[in-house]
Amino acid sequence: MKKASVLMIIGSLLLLGLFVFPLWNIMLGAPQYPEPLGMNIHINGIRGVQEFDIQNIDGLNHYIGMKTLPKPDEMWEFSTFPLVVGGMVFLGLLIGLLGLFGKVSYKWFVGWFVLMSVLGLLGMYDFNAWMTDYGTDLDPRAIMKLTQPDGTPMTYKPPLLGNAKILNFNVTSLPGVGGYLLFVGMLLTLVASYFGWKSDKIKVNSETN
Amino acid sequence: MKKYTNLYFGLLGIFALVTSCGNQGKSSSGGALSSGAAERVYVAPGEYDEFYAFFSGGYTGNLTVYGLPSGRMFKEIPVFSQFPTNGYGYSEETKPMLNTSFGFVPWDDAHHPDISQTNGELDGRWIFINGNNTPRIARIDLTTFETAEIIEVPNSAGNHSSSFITENTEYVVAGTRFAVPVPQRDMPIKDYKGNFKGALSFISVAPETGRMDIKFQLMMPGFNYDLSHPGRGKSHGWFFFTTYNTEEANTLMEVNSSQNDKDFIAAVNWKKIEEYVNNGGGTIMPAEYAHNVYDDHTHTATSTMKKEVLTVDPTKVPGAVYFLPTPKSPHGCDVDPSGEYIVGNGKLSSDLTVHSFTRMLEAIEKEKFDGEAYGIPILKFEDVLAGVVSQPGLGPLHTEFDGKGNAYTTFFISSEVVKWKLGTWEVVDRQPSYYSVGHGMIPGGNSQKPFGKYYISMNKITKDRYLPVGPEMEHSAQLYDISGDKMELLYDFPTHGEPHYAAGIPAEKLIANSKKIFKLSENKHPYAALTANDTKIERDGKDVHIYMSTIRSHFTPDNIEGIKVGDKVYFHITNQEQDFDVPHGFAMIGATNAELLIVPGQTKTLLWEPKKVGVWPFYCTDFCSALHQEMQGYVRVSPADSDLELSWSLGED
Repeated sequence: MKKASVLMIIGSLLLLGLFVFPLWNIMLGAPQYPEPLGMNIHINGIRGVQEFDIQNIDGLNHYIGMKTLPKPDEMWEFSTFPLVVGGMVFLGLLIGLLGLFGKVSYKWFVGWFVLMSVLGLLGMYDFNAWMTDYGTDLDPRAIMKLTQPDGTPMTYKPPLLGNAKILNFNVTSLPGVGGYLLFVGMLLTLVASYFGWKSDKIKVNSETN
Repeated sequence: MKKYTNLYFGLLGIFALVTSCGNQGKSSSGGALSSGAAERVYVAPGEYDEFYAFFSGGYTGNLTVYGLPSGRMFKEIPVFSQFPTNGYGYSEETKPMLNTSFGFVPWDDAHHPDISQTNGELDGRWIFINGNNTPRIARIDLTTFETAEIIEVPNSAGNHSSSFITENTEYVVAGTRFAVPVPQRDMPIKDYKGNFKGALSFISVAPETGRMDIKFQLMMPGFNYDLSHPGRGKSHGWFFFTTYNTEEANTLMEVNSSQNDKDFIAAVNWKKIEEYVNNGGGTIMPAEYAHNVYDDHTHTATSTMKKEVLTVDPTKVPGAVYFLPTPKSPHGCDVDPSGEYIVGNGKLSSDLTVHSFTRMLEAIEKEKFDGEAYGIPILKFEDVLAGVVSQPGLGPLHTEFDGKGNAYTTFFISSEVVKWKLGTWEVVDRQPSYYSVGHGMIPGGNSQKPFGKYYISMNKITKDRYLPVGPEMEHSAQLYDISGDKMELLYDFPTHGEPHYAAGIPAEKLIANSKKIFKLSENKHPYAALTANDTKIERDGKDVHIYMSTIRSHFTPDNIEGIKVGDKVYFHITNQEQDFDVPHGFAMIGATNAELLIVPGQTKTLLWEPKKVGVWPFYCTDFCSALHQEMQGYVRVSPADSDLELSWSLGED
């Protein structure tokens, strides 16, 4: 249980990386952008990979009538996410420490992991919903109004994960360093749960023998 | 499977045999075709050249930037000449760059570029170039590749033995070609002899900013100072100038100034003079010369007229200047990378004279003088001579060095480049040039560390080298591979104007420093429109100032009314883009100057004086975006007595 608790503590601490590193990264390359434009999605806002990338992405997007990228105070998510992540780190740390002193069982670890997974999925859903809105809610007076081959308006939603070709741009969407730290951290808490469960089983077995 | 493996290795063996034969062929043959010259100058699409080469534009007054080995031209940097392409010398901000004591001079003859150095090696911070006709020295910033500063040189005429820099960029040196009365005065031309002076100017360069200032002018006898080069390494602290017309003739120079068997190389111990000046030596004399400085934050040049200059009489500083007799009107004055050899390219001599710095010091120490000229000791030719390259060709002009013990001299009359060995003075190779080569260049050739891979000859006569284009042609350069024992001619390419010299530097020394945009947040132009909200129009009598902005793909404002005939309309245009390579242009119908090309973050101003009533369009001249063609606007011009108020708008009906 000691090993499990330490892993639980490390796992939840890795989430702190989200306060420094981006959760997600979207890069936009095109023939005339050999050095691609890019945005890093942090839990508290969207920042350019290079100093002026956000301004330049907005500049290009105005042709097709997309809204400008949201500033931190224009989306509730950017003030809520840090609180949620901070809260989960605190909770994970607390559970881990209590586990270390034998106050709580591995089931709390499982509980934390399930809660974090649910929150993560909700976050992804929310992120995807925003991207759908961002890519489809277009200014009716846009300079370029393009349509799909079937006549429906072109949408410009970036992919949640992986590559997509949007007009002249190749868009690649992948987790950022913070995102990977989140996954590794969550994985560690899952491993912690497993070790906790195993040591619990050994304890039960030795007690029954 | 085993059989195929054997076959595979067998093929590899044959391939190795073929390629090794090819290599042998390459080193043994001098023929360009047989050795894959095309491959060696081919830079594939999207790939970069190995070297930058900066060619002086001669009578274009500008500097061009090329890549080596491809010979592709990347940019023309306006320096001494108005440049309608981007508005240099036409925009209100850059007009002061071309200010001189003679007023606005929109042209010059740009000659000898030289790249800044630290510890005798190229550092790639700045490149300097001289204006020959209206004596000026310019400093070009190698982060923006734009002219940052121009200083006029007083008491000078035909600023030809310039602009060469010392090995820590302590000074950029400018010598006069014409001797002139100092100060200028009304006097008979025939009284030249003994009365005219030859000013050699040492212009200090501030180590951090590169800011130039004339530290002192050495007032030499009235010879013609043709070219110069700094000492380096052991001879650091000295500067060498070739002279001609030591006869001091004032007419039919081609005959009268070619009579002396020997002219001089003037050896100047500038460290000694610097010390003399720092201790209060020298005479301040009244002078008038312009000092023009461009600021990257205000995007504006200012011109200041300076009123005095410090002059030094060489006879007042013992041990500072000596004359080295050198045969027959020497042109180029070139110092090898070690600083030991000083090559005097006696253009009317059939031999090439090389002086020894060590022997010169010995002769000075032993005071073995052969008389004096105007109080300046003349050393004995035999005492300073290191060696003679015997009968190498006709009409030697310039010598460059490869850092491997070889020198390359251009011969104008016999139209060839001759490679010879320092120390043994033997000619090891010669290659024809097409035609009549003037100067040659090896990247880093004027430093302790040349990059001896390529040699470029700059040829004065083009004739039939390219498709005919009428009587007037661009000049021609030729690229030689000098990495082997023999020189190999690889390539011909036309150059813009008349390059009198070039300076080359490995590309990696400049690439990372090259700016992509100017930051809008650092723009301190007084008329900048940093946001769309800053756009406005102000009237001050007949002067109308329009604070206009550009961003893909519109001007703000694009509808302007209330302008009247007789107004002076200043379009102050700020490019609000912060994306690499998105300039906007601006052209106004009826403007009598030029267009503006404004790079991201910059503000430039065009003056327009409307003469006719009407509604007149302006537009963006640079294909900036898919909606470039829509990037346009109108100015309504009313009669002079109209009382229509100023108004402006964007996107309103």
